[in-house]
Amino acid sequence: MKFGILINEGPYTHEASDTAYLFAKAAIEKGHKVSRVFFYHDGVYNSSRLTEPPTDDRHIVNRWQKLAKDHGIDLVVCVAAALRRGIKDENLQEGFRISGLGQLIESGIQSDRLVTFGD
Amino acid sequence: MTEVTGGIEMEEDTSGKIKKFLYINRKAPYGTIYALESLEVVLIAAAFDQDVSLAFLDDGVYQIIKGQHTRTIDVKNFSPTYRALEGYDIEKLYVEKESMEVRGLKEEDFIVPVKVISTQEMADLMESQDVVLSF
Repeated sequence: MKFGILINEGPYTHEASDTAYLFAKAAIEKGHKVSRVFFYHDGVYNSSRLTEPPTDDRHIVNRWQKLAKDHGIDLVVCVAAALRRGIKDENLQEGFRISGLGQLIESGIQSDRLVTFGD
Repeated sequence: MTEVTGGIEMEEDTSGKIKKFLYINRKAPYGTIYALESLEVVLIAAAFDQDVSLAFLDDGVYQIIKGQHTRTIDVKNFSPTYRALEGYDIEKLYVEKESMEVRGLKEEDFIVPVKVISTQEMADLMESQDVVLSF
């Protein structure tokens, strides 16, 4: 099955991004495809290159980056939501790209399931 | 439920493929940004010629009540935007009856024409969709 994922919460405050990550990992391990993860609302903060958690904690941003690189996942950050919150190309982690909401709709059209994580 | 197609790449042309999208609004219009940003999704979605429905449940029913005044909280009153949805051919708006009644609201309190449906009908509506986005 082909999954699209929508993440609506920022890292650390909410567990949504963690749960989405574990879901994506489990889906891939089961042989499914995760084609795109779309970051919306405060979810755009999952893409900040400036994120520096304590070294004994998980690094949510880099974890997404690695999963995407290993499995060819398209990590898309909503441009309007990102600009509103001070996320731009200059502080965007490598492996993420900023694009429009159309990418979310497209993911809904092209995936077998679009799964939302957030409040 | 859609068929598992498998092996289709993201570059595929989406034109001609029509799915049923349901946008579920559960939160009050102000206090958090969810309502405003979900409306932005709906407006973008309109350009994709999909089969779009909107549902208002819980505090989400407040998003479409008449007489919203936001000047004192210094936030934009975006409620008129719901009236513009008709121009985008988005006319399927559903309100859950229980959410409406428990808040003392009636159908005539809304700024747009809606169809009031029961919890069971709402569940059936969700069941019949291809893509459900909840904000």
